[in-house]
Order: sequence, then C-alpha cells, then structure tokens
Amino acid sequence: MKEWRFELSTKTGFTDVHGKKILQEISELGIATISAVETARVYLVEAGFDRAVAERVGHELLVDPVCEVVHVGRRASANNGGATQIEVHLKSGVTDPVAESVTAALVDMGAPCQNVRTAHKYTLLGQLSESEIALICQRILSNDCIETCIRGEDGEPPSPHALPYEFARVEWPLRALSAGQLVQMSKERDLFLTQVEMEAIQTYFQGLGRDPTDVELETLAQTWSEHCVHKTLKSSVDMTIDGRSVTFDNLLKETVFRATQELAKEWCISVFSDNAGVVEFDEVSALCFKVETHNHPSALDPYGGAATGIGGVIRDPMGTGLGAKPVANTDVFCFGEPDRTLAEIPKGILHPKRIMKGVVSGVRDYGNRMGIPTVNGAIYFDDRYLGNPLVFCGNIGILDRDKCFKRTQAGQLVIVVGGRTGRDGIHGATFSSGEMTHEHDSIFSHAVQIGNPIVEKKMLDVLLQANEAGLYEGITDCGAGGLSSAIGEMGADLGVEVDLEQAPLKYAGLSYTEIWISEAQERMVIAVKPENLEAIAAIFAAENVESTVVGRFTSDKKLKLRYQGQLVCDIDMDFLHEGVPKFARKGVWNTPSLKEPRLPEKGDYTADLCKILGAYNVASKEWVIRQYDHEVQGGSVVKPLTGVANDGPSDAAVVRPKLASDRAVAVSCGMNPLYGDLDPYWMALAGIDEAVRNLVCVGARTDRIALLDNFCWGNCAKPEVFGSLVRAAQACYDGAIAYGAPFISGKDSLNNEFACEDGSTISIPPTLLISAMSLVDDANQCITMDVKAGGNLILVVGQTHNELGGSHFYKLQGELGANVPKLDMDMAPKTARALAGAIGQGLVASCHDCSEGGLAVALAEMAFAGGLGIKVHLGDLPRGPGCEGAAAQLFSESNARYVVEVAPEHLDAFATCLEGIPVGQIGSVVEAQILRVQDASGRTVIEAGIDMLKSRWQAPLNW
Amino acid sequence: MGQGENREEDANMTDVKAIVLRAAGTNCDVETQHALELAGARVDRVHINSLIRNLELVDAYQIFVMPGGFSYGDDVAAGKILANQVMHHLRDALERFVEQGKLVLGICNGFQVLVKAGLLPGATASSHTQEDVTITYNDSDKFENRWVYLAPQTDRCVFIEPGRRLYLTVGHGEGKVVAQDPSVLSRLQSMRHIAFQYVDAQGREGGYPVNPNGSMASIAGLTDTTGRILGLMPHPERFVHPTQHPRWTRMNGNIECDGRTIFDNAVKYVRGHF
Repeated sequence: MKEWRFELSTKTGFTDVHGKKILQEISELGIATISAVETARVYLVEAGFDRAVAERVGHELLVDPVCEVVHVGRRASANNGGATQIEVHLKSGVTDPVAESVTAALVDMGAPCQNVRTAHKYTLLGQLSESEIALICQRILSNDCIETCIRGEDGEPPSPHALPYEFARVEWPLRALSAGQLVQMSKERDLFLTQVEMEAIQTYFQGLGRDPTDVELETLAQTWSEHCVHKTLKSSVDMTIDGRSVTFDNLLKETVFRATQELAKEWCISVFSDNAGVVEFDEVSALCFKVETHNHPSALDPYGGAATGIGGVIRDPMGTGLGAKPVANTDVFCFGEPDRTLAEIPKGILHPKRIMKGVVSGVRDYGNRMGIPTVNGAIYFDDRYLGNPLVFCGNIGILDRDKCFKRTQAGQLVIVVGGRTGRDGIHGATFSSGEMTHEHDSIFSHAVQIGNPIVEKKMLDVLLQANEAGLYEGITDCGAGGLSSAIGEMGADLGVEVDLEQAPLKYAGLSYTEIWISEAQERMVIAVKPENLEAIAAIFAAENVESTVVGRFTSDKKLKLRYQGQLVCDIDMDFLHEGVPKFARKGVWNTPSLKEPRLPEKGDYTADLCKILGAYNVASKEWVIRQYDHEVQGGSVVKPLTGVANDGPSDAAVVRPKLASDRAVAVSCGMNPLYGDLDPYWMALAGIDEAVRNLVCVGARTDRIALLDNFCWGNCAKPEVFGSLVRAAQACYDGAIAYGAPFISGKDSLNNEFACEDGSTISIPPTLLISAMSLVDDANQCITMDVKAGGNLILVVGQTHNELGGSHFYKLQGELGANVPKLDMDMAPKTARALAGAIGQGLVASCHDCSEGGLAVALAEMAFAGGLGIKVHLGDLPRGPGCEGAAAQLFSESNARYVVEVAPEHLDAFATCLEGIPVGQIGSVVEAQILRVQDASGRTVIEAGIDMLKSRWQAPLNW
Repeated sequence: MGQGENREEDANMTDVKAIVLRAAGTNCDVETQHALELAGARVDRVHINSLIRNLELVDAYQIFVMPGGFSYGDDVAAGKILANQVMHHLRDALERFVEQGKLVLGICNGFQVLVKAGLLPGATASSHTQEDVTITYNDSDKFENRWVYLAPQTDRCVFIEPGRRLYLTVGHGEGKVVAQDPSVLSRLQSMRHIAFQYVDAQGREGGYPVNPNGSMASIAGLTDTTGRILGLMPHPERFVHPTQHPRWTRMNGNIECDGRTIFDNAVKYVRGHF
C-alpha cells in the first residue's frame, strides 16, 4: 500500500483566486513584504494502484484540465529564496468531507483506495520573519482547533490509524465522597454539575447500592445540562424589582408558557414539547419553526461552529412530529465591532472580523449545500460580544398535519440514520453551559464539530421518502448530547435498551461512553416497527445512507446500555428526566437612575443621519445576504433585498413553501440589546413589536403570528444579571398577550461571559432575539418597503415620543439617555391590525417600520430603495408630549410606528381603515432623488441626495 | 410532500416526459420538476443509483435535466464527482439519448457537470471528456445570489428564443466559464456554442456585477453543435411565478416569467419532433 500524493495548482496564465484573497488578508494584517500567494490542493491517497493509475486519477478526477496542473508526488518550491511553504492538514479525527467524496469517486473509476486525506498548501513569496509566519498561520491559514500547520518541506503528518478499543467497565465511586469532593469531581470530569445536583446523584446511587459508571454520570450531566434542560429558566425565583418582591415557582411556565396557554390558539398544534413549535399552515400542512444558538463552538471555530449551528437547527424541524421538510433558514449574529485592532482583543479570543467572516461562510456553505434558502436575519455589533459572539440559526419546516405527533411504542427498534459516530463534539452540551475563559480554546477544542452538509442532505432525502411511505413511528435529531440526548428523550416515557457496539463508527477506538455522548453531526434516530425494517432499510440503502439498528424501546422505564453484552448503564428514566433538583434563584432589578443628556438642537441633521446609516448595526448587510442562496426551492416572494436596484432592506421575508399554492409564510425578527442597558423589560417588548411590525410591513396576517424566544444572557448566578432576564421574561408574557401572538418554541444560552487573563470578565449585554412568523393568504398581495411612484403620499402611522434612550442618535454622541422606547400595549396591536387591514385591501404601495435610527433612517431607506426622493414636513407628525425637538422627531426609536406610501386616490379608504389610530400625512414621494425633511417650523433639517445616503449605508460592510 | 418519484398515469397529460436526475447534494430538483410540469411535461425525479442500475430507464424520456445543487458537496471542484460518475456510468446512455434527437438541459450544478463530463461544448472530439473549457471559482471567490440579464447568442439552441433577453437569478460560487486559450474562445464564438451572455439592462456586456463571476466573454451558458444540449449557470426554474421577480411589487402585474421560456421551448420542441 502506497500513499500517493497529488498537488493541484493554478496553471500559469490563470488567476489563483484563493491566493489573491489570502494575499489581501495578509496585507490587511499589515505585512507588506509578500508579493504573491500560490495555493495548491493536496490529496494523499493510500491505495494499491500503480503510477499509471495514479496519473489517471490525477488527470481525470482531481485536476481541472483547463486552469490547473497536477503533480503526482511532492512538488518542490520553484522559488527557494524568498518563499515560505505552509501546508495545513486537518487534525486527526476531524471530519473531512472532501476525502469521503474522493473515496467514493475512486470506486466509480474502478480504482478503489484505502484512505484519502486532503490538505492545503500555501507558498508565500517574499521575506517573512518567523513571528510573521506564525501570525499568518494563526490568523489566516488555519484554525488551531481543528488544523495543524506543517512548515516547508516537512513530511505530512502520519495517517491516523486509531488503536482498537478494549472494553473496560469504568466506575466513578462517589457514594462516599464529601460535598467538596463531589464538586471537585464535577469540575475535574467537566460535568458542569452543581453540588446539589451531585448530591442528588449520590443519593440515587446510594439507594441503588452501587457506584455509577462513567457513562451513567455523563448521561446525567448531559441530560441535566443547562443546554438541555433549561434549569435556570425553569427555576423558582425570588425577585426584587425596585424593592418590590415578586416570586415565581417556575419562571418559564409563569411567563412565556403562560401566555401561550392563556391565548390557547386553536391553530397551535404543538408548542414547547417537540423539537420545534408547530402551527397550522393550510388544510393539509403545518409549519414548524425553531431557532437555536451555537455560540460557544462559534467562538472557538467560527466556520465549523456556525456550520454545525445551522446544520443542527435544520435537524430540529426534521425531527419534529414525524419529520418536516425544511423550507427556510434564518440567521442572526452578534459580534464585537469589526474594526478593532488586534491589540485591543483579549487573549484567547479570535478577532471579531475573523469570527464574522468564518461564521458567515459556515452558515453559507452548510445552508446553501442543504438547498434551504436563508431568507431573514440580522447582525448586531457591540464590543461586549467580543469573547462570546452569538450565532442564532433558525429553520422553518413544513409537515403534514396528520403527522405532527410521534407514536413511538415499546417493541419498536431504535435506528440511527445518517453520519457515523466519531469523537467530534464530545461534551458540547455541558461545555456550552459553562463560562468561557482564555484557556477554553485549548481545553475544549474537542467540543467543536465539523459538519458535512451532503450527508445531512442525503439523510433528509431518504427520511422524507420513508416518512411519506409511513415506515417509521418516531424521529428525533442527535444534537447536543448525541445519542444520549436523542435516545434518552425518545425513550423517556417507555424505557430503552441500546447495544452501543452496534453504532457505526468513523474510526476505531471509541469507548462505550464516547459512542453514547459523541456529538458527531448529521445523525437522526428513528423508531421503527420490526415489520417495517426491511422496507425502510431498502430506502436508505438505495441512496447510500447508512442506517443501523442499535436497540429497542421497552416498557420498563429504564435506560439500559450494553457494550458487547455487558451492562454499562441501568438507570431509571424518571430519575434521569425528573430527578434534576429544582433551582431556586434570586433576581434583582433596580431601575438605573439615568439622565437624559442635554444636547443643543442643531440646524441641520444630515450629517447625523449619514453617520447612523453608516453605523454597523444599521448599515447594509448585502455582503452577507448575497452569499446565502435565498431563492433555492423557488418559493421566494419577498427577498431580503428589495427595491429598484435589488438592494434595499426588506422588513421580513416571504416564502411560498408549496409551489402550487399562493399561500405563503412571512418570517421576521426583532432584537435591540442596547435598550437592555436601560430596561430589559422594554427591550423585550421592543423586540416583540419590531418582529410584529416587520411582518405587518410585508402584508402578513396579524391573527396568525407565532413567536419564538432566544434568551442569551450573562452569568445568571448573579442576581442582577438574572433579574434582568426575569424582567425580559415578564415582558414576553405581556407582549404575547397584547398581540395575541403565542410563543411556540424557545431556547436559552446562559453564562455568556468571558474570563480574561487579567481576571476581568466581559459579559454580553442581555440579548433577547424574538423571531416571528405569520401567514400570508395570497402571496400576490405582499408589498415591499421601497417607494414606488412620485406623487404618492407619505404618512406616518403611530405616535413618536421623546424616546431617544438607547438610540443610535445618542450612541453617536456617546450617550445612553434614559427614555427607553416603551410600548402602548393597547394601541400597538390596534395599529398593527388596522394597517394590516389597509395593506390587505391593496391601499398601501410601500411600508417600512421605524426601528434603529428612527423616522429619518426609515425615510432614507425607503427613498434610496425606491430610487425616488421623499419630501416631508414634520408639522403633522403624530407626536407625544415633550417631543417638540427635531432630533427626537427624526431619531427617536419609539415603537409601533410605520412609514407608509399611499397613492392619493387611496387616501380616503386608507384613512377609514386607520380610524382611531394616530396617522399623519407628512409628505410625498418626488421624482427628484433627494430626501428633504423640514421641521414643524419649515426649516430644512435634512437634505441629501439619495445616492449619497445609499452609499453611506452600503460602505461599512461592503467587504 | 411530493417526494414520490413515480407518478400515477394521468390520461390528460401529454406524452412529453422529462427526467430530473438526483444525486447526493442535488437540491433544485423539486422546483425544476415544477417548472417542467408548468410547461406541460410529465416529470420523474430519479436518483442516479436507480439510473445506473437500469440504464434503459432513460429511453422513456425526451428531456434529460441535470438540476442545480451541490452534487457531492462540490468536493474536488463543482460538479466534478458527479461528472466522474456520469463519465463512468452514463456516458453511452446519454450519447444515445442525444443521438436520438432528444434534449439535455443542465442548470447551474448541472451545467458544471455537463462541462466537466465533456458533454459541453463537445465540439472537438467524439470521446466525451473535458478538454479545453471549464467552469471555475468566481472572481470574487465566493458564492453569490443575484439577478442578471442574459442575451441569447445563438439561433441554433432549441431551448432559446433568439433575440429575447431574459432576466434570471444566479446562485453559485463556481460559475466562471474559462476557455483554455484565445483560440478556444474564438471557436466557441465562431461555432455558436455561446448560448447566453451576461449583459446589463440595456443589453451591453459589462464588468462585475453585470458579469457576476468574471466569465470569459461574459459566457452564461453553452450549447453543443446540435443545439439540443444547453447548460447555463442562471436558474430558469426560479422564475416561473410572477412573485419570484425581485421587483414584482413595482411592476403592477406586468410580469413575463422569463424562466418559463426555457422549459416551454423544450416541451414545444419535443411535441414537434416526437
């Protein structure tokens, strides 16, 4: 057996686009001595074939015959003088999808091989110091978490040949341990369990009269992890709000859940119980929606972390009911400001620009390969996300209404479908529940998973066929916690027994515990009646998808694991799922004493508008959006970018999930962490209102809005941090009730704090993402935010208040302010309903909500998206008391406001629809491509060409 | 959910039959089926494994479509692994298909496969291997989804209405058509292999983003010497409904779904010739 080495490099005369990009990144590092970067793809193929066959493999399979050359063997550097060669290899055990494809292709060629590995080779032309080389390797070429850099002509790392595993049952004696020793054990074994939890486990095993095995403890730690059980949000709370005491028995049940229960919407099919919330779509179909975070892995390996984030959340709808077909992705990210110098970044943290680029490419490569359009999202920048970037990924799926519930029964087989099990991602669930430190990148690199979207796509294709044929009775995804979580949950009410050695492995050497808790991606577990086994296995095999029977559901309510016939786990499902001690938490909220700044009124606010348009949070995200396929599946109705030049910012996305029907789903989000610094209660309501406004703006129904919550908070053991979360949870209840919009699913990610080397911590701001979806009865009735025609009228719906607290306008001046935007919970839903009614009657030409940057930004965006001018006079702007100043009128971020464009002939009918709602006709659309705003006195306070405004808005993130 | 590959006999449908090939990572097959059905074809989505097991399956169809997606993850290079499978298992069947006067359409990843399997432009040699034209990484080195105008450059291709400019969407990271040298490029031009060029709204060639990937001679699609094989990077199946146009809300209902012409022309051709 020989290891053939193939190097593929760009042919002379053709552009090496990867090399060009890397050269640019090197120059961005401030290294100017490099004249060129040459890249090569490297394949190491272990095979029995001879050189003649190897040459054919190189020429027929690996090379692009037009623009590449192939070299069989190691290609010497052409330029020995000032050239540095670096080869980047995957670390042993890291999934290599390309290698898997090449292995299969070699079989097609009739030249089967033993093993394939891939690498990338970079030749840097120019003089470099050792430290510069190290910097380039670390910052640009590789991620130490998953890759190794080899220098010069060094031989490649040896092919991994893992040693086989020899069974040894491991017990972790804890019955006799003291409280302190229990805590130490939890820490040393990365269990992330508290003393109380360890004591509960100790008591349980004392009752059994034996010590636990390693896999039993790991299973408990994973099942009881914050990530899986949300013990903080379900804890009882002693809360003090400005000295007033409030208590909760179970925070989540008394806030978010309670709203859903009280609303009791008949169109909600399944809420907070399955992998995603399920609502009705039409007579035969239902929609499900789930949003997850993948924060900690994305901090360590932005590309892999984000890719597996989207890959993981896609499996949630796939594992909801009897399986949904994913139809749309969403993504929302929070990063540190991207223009920080490296010196400003604490040790152990990747630069925010690198994190952002990695995260965007990770979501792009996975989402696009799955063939699911990524249609809605947001990006929020704040330096408090430096150590803990947030990566929210969402997925909407469609399923049959008669297949919304599982029917798993005793006697059915447990079958693992999809990818194989490896060492990837071990301890992901427990790791994501803890705090990050500057050492985390080295300690927890094994928690990073690498995705292979094609494995997931293949699995999806066959599962949909098996679902249509009715060949399985239950399904769930392997997410955090792997088989432990998936099988443990599926068997919770029944009992299950599993033979772990049956699980197909990527490579030898995994212990029974590793098999059980591995978070290897692209796996689903299904429950199959024994009589259907042959038929379902045939469907999977027909498309090269692996499926393996690993166990059987029982009726003894026990979790029994065996390895080669030996019992390694035998615990009660009740203890596993109900035994976690309930948390009691304290929360404190003291309304901060904040002051409004005294800023002199200016004569002209054009410069302020330009600066806000160019603020990272407001600026165009086109660079990101275009990298996502937002049109695959053919259902696109309102795209993320809209307007005369296809580049204006849509409020929400609209998708037709069934191509033969004009019924559609609208999806949006709302989030504004800055308001949380003033009051998380109003922050949460602003998020809900924003998500609702965005749906209204495209023409969605207001009576079918379903909400999702994603809480990302700092360390909730701190009463003031937890107190702010409680405030936000209370607001979720109030907002859901006010809008009649139930929460159908949610998720939290807590302990988002980063411990710096110097002992300081960076905590993220309270971050609540509200995602929303609703129905559109007829896609042809949707509208977009770009102004349509000169002569049309511009109206503002909703009242503007003096609410500049937490606004972008204040941020520009370095102020926070005090007047956080509040929500009139009576008027806001009435406004939304009335406006939706007018849009439904076809009376509105365009509609955009006022959010970050307020009215001025909304007007600017509508104008430049439509390629037309807008002239307004603020005299008739509906406004509350204390809102006389132009700054407040232009930039206040008051909720429940919309800017609408109405044709003159529709004005009367529009006014009738909006009766009782504050509406002001403030101006009109003009052909001249200028935005001009006059204040109540007639003074021009903003005047600018729309092209200039657009370029200010597009410039910051036009990478 | 429409996942079934074989549909019941329907007496009302015409006898134009199209096969949409699936492989691991294919992901535009369902909307491509929908577009073909709108044009009046009967469509089966067939996995390549089924086809390899029974090559005669293909004889029942007159239109063979390789849809978009990321076959095998675009590993090695876009379309390469599937092209390798086509070359080693389907070549004879496809050659026979084309010789019988039937049609082959490759969209996006399907176009990449046709080029890398040597079926396009396919003018110089009888042995179908990729020779002197390729599709490689966009100049921007990233995936991009945007709308483009296409000007037909040939009157030979049965899928194309000469003179009718189309507005369609692209979504790819490897769509740059490259000829090995200037003589190959002039052969593509003189032999009328160029099916579509990227142009602006006025019909003029231009730089990025008019030409979204840096293709030589703004090539967006290629056809073979018979005009019965078409490959193109843009996605006609993504513009068969008015609300798919990115500016439909500005157009007061005056929307012609440009993507439909490709499928309509194919079905019309089959009806006229079989």
